[in-house]
Amino acid sequence: MGGVAIGDRIYRGVTTLAGLAIVALLLYIAVEVFAGGWPVLHKFGLSFLTSSAWDPVHDDYGAAPAIFGTLVSSAIALVIATPLAIGTAVFLSELAPRWLGQPIAFMVDLLAAIPSVVYGLWGIFVLEPMMRDDIAPFLQDKLHLGGLPIFNGVSYGPGMLTAGIILAIMILPYISAVTREVLMAVPRSQREAAYALGATKWEMIRDAVIPGAKSGIVGGIVLGLGRALGETMAVTMVIGNAPTISASLFSSGYTMASIIANEFAEASGLHISALLAIGAALLAITLIVNIIARWLVARVGVRYT
Amino acid sequence: MIRRKIANVTMLALMWVAAAVVLLPLVLILVHLIREGASSINWDFFTKVQSAPGTTGGGMSNAIVGTLILLLIASAIGLPVGIAAGIYLAENRTARLASIVRFLADVLNGVPSIVTGIFAWQVMVKPVGHFSAWAGGVALGTMMIPLSARTTEEMIRTVPNSLREAALALGYSRWRTSLTIVVRTALPGIVTGALVSLARVAGETAPLLFTALGNIFFSVNPSKVIAALPLNIYSFAISPYDDWHRLAWAASLVLIALVLLISIAARYAVRPKFGKAVD
Repeated sequence: MGGVAIGDRIYRGVTTLAGLAIVALLLYIAVEVFAGGWPVLHKFGLSFLTSSAWDPVHDDYGAAPAIFGTLVSSAIALVIATPLAIGTAVFLSELAPRWLGQPIAFMVDLLAAIPSVVYGLWGIFVLEPMMRDDIAPFLQDKLHLGGLPIFNGVSYGPGMLTAGIILAIMILPYISAVTREVLMAVPRSQREAAYALGATKWEMIRDAVIPGAKSGIVGGIVLGLGRALGETMAVTMVIGNAPTISASLFSSGYTMASIIANEFAEASGLHISALLAIGAALLAITLIVNIIARWLVARVGVRYT
Repeated sequence: MIRRKIANVTMLALMWVAAAVVLLPLVLILVHLIREGASSINWDFFTKVQSAPGTTGGGMSNAIVGTLILLLIASAIGLPVGIAAGIYLAENRTARLASIVRFLADVLNGVPSIVTGIFAWQVMVKPVGHFSAWAGGVALGTMMIPLSARTTEEMIRTVPNSLREAALALGYSRWRTSLTIVVRTALPGIVTGALVSLARVAGETAPLLFTALGNIFFSVNPSKVIAALPLNIYSFAISPYDDWHRLAWAASLVLIALVLLISIAARYAVRPKFGKAVD
């Protein structure tokens, strides 16, 4: 029997090691990225995060424009994607007949399967002209919103709003999938109880289904936010890539991910370190956002078991 | 009552509209891809390397082969570790360490791919002083580890416990039960999971930007820079040449076809034997 015990121990050891490799990998990534950014973090301190200087020629770096662009483009994405994703999820879990729901769910999943760079290609050749010729004129001339600082100025196509719209399309399937999952975790009895009390379908959804799934839905939105913050290629291709902070959503910008993608290959010396420091900040933000999201989604499961 | 009915009909209608609006970009993207890309997919596309800037003709053979090589390296790194970790998670479902690993695997899944790219640059490019296919493969492989771990775990969990108990009752040791009974039963599902994670990284560009870098020539040497379909789409899309734009659309179509082919193969060809997870 001794041989059996050794076999068990080896098997257990190897699989446990693989599990621990995941923990080690995450730590390794964090250490390497922070170590790479250390020279700049050490030189500029906390002002690196607040300074809006981005001057590779004079080695003066600040992450503020990139952080600003990341927050603004992600916010636009969330504002557009959240209602659509939740509406779609409710449609799929509560309204759609099976024959319609399944293919639509498949197609929504398909949105998540399209590579980022293909979204970017589409963004350059379809969305940018649409923004310049249709969306911006519509907002400014038809809706007379040109007076608002955010819709001020001329749209050349690329810019913050274009990036936000692309991001919205890209994070939709994630928010929708999580929302759908937590909606389906709400027990049937809740729905039947609402119907028994005379609720209409909408009242049943509003009062019996959504409250129970609320923290999961918020978790899905936060998860979508995590995706939007780190999304790189599509944004790099349509945001215009300029380290500026402007109130207008039509103006060019940078995100933390896109400044790395756009400048890293040609950078050297302190410039590389500055980009790595931005990577470290991006990693820190997405880790926090993802941890919050997982915690929120897990709470729904706990509620009903 | 009438107000409630109106609210009911309005809200339900809005949800139908939401679903329709969500599908709109998908249709727009696919239609555009096929219209712009299909005409450029021909024999040359698969057999020739890219043309010089501003000239017409040429193909993407170097990028197609490059992508395949990168995926091969990534699978060799990512799948063994990921699948073994998935077995660990499934076989130690309730252990405290397992729940920490599971949580961190999900967190690792959420790390932006560009950050994985600079990590691979730090450990694979910076020390040796040059870009390489190895570095690109490491970046993609890193992404595959948590992906395949979680799918493997899910698939193994679909195997009924009774099967495991029967084997143990017959005197099988734990490791033989796990490998020859549980994992073997879940194998089609594990293959599915591996394919899904492969499909996920096949279209990644950001981790390759400063690892594999791209190459205008045909190369199969993993120690040198290598071309990849997503990298070519990026550099061609932002180039000023119409002919390169045309090739970018065609490459996108091929890339999406590749991703979909892998996903569909994963979804339908190999289904796990026991439907949904049993707990």
